[in-house]
Parts: sequence; C-alpha cells; structure tokens
Amino acid sequence: MRGSNETVIRVRGLEVGFGETLVLKGVDLDVWRGEILGFVGTSGGGKSVLMRTILGLLPKRSGLVEVCGIELGSCSRAQHRRLEQRWGVLFQNGALFSSLTVKQNIQVPIREYLKVSQQLMDEIAFAKLEMVGLSVDAADKFPSELSGGMVKRAALARALALDPDILFLDEPTSGLDPIRATEFDELITTLQRTLGLTVFMVTHDLDSLHDSCDRIAALADGRIIAEGPIETMLASEHPWLKAYFRGKRARAAGIA
Amino acid sequence: MTAGPLLHSTRLGRSLVVEAGGTWTAARAAELEKLVEAVAAEPADVDAVEIRVAGIARLDTYGAWLIERLRRAFGRGAVEAQVVGLDPRFDALIGSMHASNRHMPPARPRRNRILAFIEGTGKAVVGMGRDFVEMTAFLGEAAAAAARALRRPAQFRPIAIVHQIDRVGLGAVPIIVLITFLIGAIVAQQGVFHFRKFGAETYVVDMIGILVLRELAVLLVAIMLAGRSGSAYTAELGSMKMREETDAMRVMGLDPIEVLVLPRLIALVVAMPLLTFIGAMSALTGGGLVAWLYGGMSPEIFLDRLREAITMSTFQVGLIKAPFMALVIGLIACVEGFRVQGSAESLGRQTTASVVKAIFMVIVLDGLFAMFFAAVDM
Repeated sequence: MRGSNETVIRVRGLEVGFGETLVLKGVDLDVWRGEILGFVGTSGGGKSVLMRTILGLLPKRSGLVEVCGIELGSCSRAQHRRLEQRWGVLFQNGALFSSLTVKQNIQVPIREYLKVSQQLMDEIAFAKLEMVGLSVDAADKFPSELSGGMVKRAALARALALDPDILFLDEPTSGLDPIRATEFDELITTLQRTLGLTVFMVTHDLDSLHDSCDRIAALADGRIIAEGPIETMLASEHPWLKAYFRGKRARAAGIA
Repeated sequence: MTAGPLLHSTRLGRSLVVEAGGTWTAARAAELEKLVEAVAAEPADVDAVEIRVAGIARLDTYGAWLIERLRRAFGRGAVEAQVVGLDPRFDALIGSMHASNRHMPPARPRRNRILAFIEGTGKAVVGMGRDFVEMTAFLGEAAAAAARALRRPAQFRPIAIVHQIDRVGLGAVPIIVLITFLIGAIVAQQGVFHFRKFGAETYVVDMIGILVLRELAVLLVAIMLAGRSGSAYTAELGSMKMREETDAMRVMGLDPIEVLVLPRLIALVVAMPLLTFIGAMSALTGGGLVAWLYGGMSPEIFLDRLREAITMSTFQVGLIKAPFMALVIGLIACVEGFRVQGSAESLGRQTTASVVKAIFMVIVLDGLFAMFFAAVDM
C-alpha cells in the first residue's frame, strides 16, 4: 500500500448535470497522496465528467471539490493558476498541439511558467522523453507523424513537464495493444515511484486495475458504489461490480 | 515555506566540496541553474569532487537533472564527482537522470542568411512549377472522372451537384447582388462627377455598360466565390483528409475525385455564369439609379444610351470568362484541400493559399482573356 492518509483530492456531494439530466448525483471521493487510484464506471456514466469537473473544465451544480487543500470555484485566479502547475493531465487522445513538435509540446508549460534557459528546457524535455520511453529522435517530430502509442507517451511527457504532484490519466491504455498497454502500466508505476506522484486514472483495463492500482473507486448511477483495493471489488455483491469484475473478460484477465 | 535552494563550494586542499541544500524543484529552476553554472564555471584543478546533497529537502526532475549536470561538468575536467549523502527517497530520481541525456541530438548548424534566402527563392520557384504540374494533373483526373461519369450517367450524382449549386450559387446571391449594386453605383457616381467637368456626362452610360459587363461583374463574382466557396472547399476536403475520410472512401471503392471534387467543380462552373449575370444586372441597376438620382438622367434615356453603347459581344465577353474562372477557383481549392497534412495549422495554411492563389490566377486569366478578345476583335 503506497498511499498515505493525506488527502490530495477531496470531493463531497458533487452534483453535475447537463440540462435536465443529472450525471453525478452526489459523489464523495478521496484520493490520498502517493496512491494510484483506478476509477471505473459504465461507458457514458460520468467518469470523464467527474475528472473534467475536478480539473475545472465543467461547472458543478453543487458540492465541494478540493485539490491540495484549495477549493475549486471559490479560490482566486492566482491560486487556480498555481494549482494548474501542480497537476498534469493525459487526455484520452493525447491532445498534443498538432502544429508543434513533440519537444515544443513538452516545453509549452515550461515556457509558460518557468523562466529557465533554452538549454535547460531542451535537457528537461529530452530527459522527460527518455523517462516515458521515447527516443530523442521523436523530439522533432510532429504529432501526426507518431503512432498511437507514441502519442500517448509524448502526451504523458508533456503532462509530466512541470513535475506535477497529481497526474490525471483518462483511459491511458485504450487503443494500445496488450504488450504496449502492459508496458504503459509499468511505466506509470515506475514514474509514480520515482516522482512520488498521486495518480488518478480513469480506465476500463482490468489488467491496469489489477496490476497498477492501489485502490479502485467504482461509479454507477451517478454515485460511488464501492471504494477500496481490488479484493473489495471482487468481494462486492453489487450486481454491476459482479458483472464487471467477475465477468468473462475478468476471467480471461485472470482476476476472478 | 521551505528554504530556497543553496549551493556552496569549498576547497579542501586538492579536493572540492560542493554542498547543496534547500528546495531543488521546478519552481526554483531558474535560480538553481544560475547557482549550478556559477559553481561549474569555477577553475577546477582538483583531484576529487564531492557533491554533498544531504541538505536537500525537496527534489524533483529539474533539481535532479541540475545535480547531474553539475556532476557531468566536473566529469569533463576528467574528475569523477561523487554524490554523497543522498536521501534514499531520491535514489530512483537521481538514477534516472544519471542515465538520461547521454545521447543529445546534434545541434542544428546555423545557416547563412543570404544562402537561406536564395534557397528559399529557389524552393518557391520549384514549388510554383510543381503547383502547375499538380493542377494540370488534377484537371486531367477530374476530366477523366467526368468522362467516366458521362459514359455511365447513373454515377453523375445529380443530388450532390444540386446541393453544391444551392450552397455556392443560390446562397451567394444576396451578397453578390449587394456588392455589385454598390460598386455599380459608386462607379456611376465617380463617372458623373468627373465627366461633368467637360460636359460628357452622357458617356457615363458607356463607361458603366462596358466596364460592368466586360470586367467588373465577372471579377467581383470570381473574387467573392474564391473567398466564399473556394475556402470552404479547401477546408472541407482538408478536414476530411485529416480524419482519414477520403481514405475510407478509397477503400470502399469510391473515388474522392468523382464523389467530392466533380460535383463541386460542376456546381461552380454552372453557378458562376449565373451569378455573373445577376451581378451585372444588379450593377447596371445601381449605376442607373445613381445616374438618375445624382446625374439627373432619366431611366428611359439611360436604357436608350445603354442599348447604343453595348453590343451582344460586350455581354458575351463577360460571360464567356465566367466558367473558366470558376474552374480555376474550384481546381485550386480542391488541390489545396488534398494537400492538407495532419495539423490544424496546415489546414489554415492551405485555406489561405487556396484563396490567395485563386484570386491571383483569376486576375492573370482575366489578362489573358483581354489579350485574346483583343486579338479576335471582340
């Protein structure tokens, strides 16, 4: 168990909706410092909505979202900017800036927030590329010249550019073959250990949940229905969790 | 608040002791870099270097890399620097930085400005030649597709053509009517104002009639269509290419030229003469109105003079040019659309290129037509 008892992300009674429909109906969730939290739920069930609300990309109806002790929504602009330097986000499709090279992509946040020399920026960018397992040859390529796996790695390098405390991952292994997906899981675990990250990972990958995650939170019907290590999930009698963790795919993954 | 970064070096006989402490994180990277550079720049005629890092309270990739950079700076002086007193928490981080940046890509050599300028000019000229070849090839492909479609009329996609005519033709009518009306009115006002000085006001009608029918209407419509429809074609085809939609068509056995390009080209070629006619009528109306209200020439006299001033060939000269200009605008728009690469920037660049090239080519074409019509006495 890697997590400590210090709460990094605290969500209380969060409600988010679009028009008439309420997607999140009172979500309570804690993420502890230094843990990898896997977040599961039905497709279209609001996993990404929760992540986007925590990141401030979606407005909340009511409830509390606190990251690193700073309450979003009531904090000042400057506080929010400081917060944005402490998290890194890996979007599902990478969201690399298509008109910049990989190296420039990594340097965007560095250039914006730190006043360091071009030499140090280059060295840091190359170091990050090596950390995520890309060769320095990829540095001057444009995102359209990269394969899907390389895009994910480059986007991860950008998410890590400022050495964040918290890393948000939106389905990091989707679209990767099982070998690459396993490598990516190992990479996340290694980076988590090396950099002391707190990782919030939205995923459907049962192998990731089993191998990398310290704790899992499950979202169904707009609420968190279970929270805990994989054993808790397996022991749960909730019908959706039973189908999810003890279904055919789970058996194939050797979990159940 | 934790203490800021610290770095001191002390000489102990033939060895150098560098003591690091405080916060070594990204937020302090700028200060750290200066400190490290200052210490690394000191003359180091020593046998041993020790970097004591026990005092470091917080460390991240930036700090770890700067320690590694310091270590390597001494390494160049053939002295192996030792890092001592490392907190086990930071072991992995220092280890990972120690392994990285071993193979830096070579720095790009700086280039001579004049040579770069000459090279750029050469590339632009070659690019222009390639443009011409590509346009011709594209025209050939489109013609071949049209010939295929003619042999099997079922493939002609009338719905697509009508839809495109609706977009580029009917949709453009209000703006075309408005701008040609205004330009006709402005030209008439200028004519009346200046011709009045030598009592030749009546010649305003000749000027408007010939100018509008031969040149103004068709040029205004062409420029408007290049900006309005050419850019839309480029952006549509470009984003379809970006999202692999054209590849999806190809593997289904659909030819993008036949499905996407041909209806668009036909629509432009059909719509532009019609728009030119509407534009010409609208400009003459604007001119006539100003001649009446500002120049005091009654509509009956205006029409009489107009009938004398222009012939059928004046009218034909303008209309003959329209389909050729439409073809040029459509071809350039489609060629540029298929040149879009993966990035958002490239979409913008090709769309700009499409409009600029189309307007330029339309004016060049107009000049060629002027020479041609002069030669055949029209």
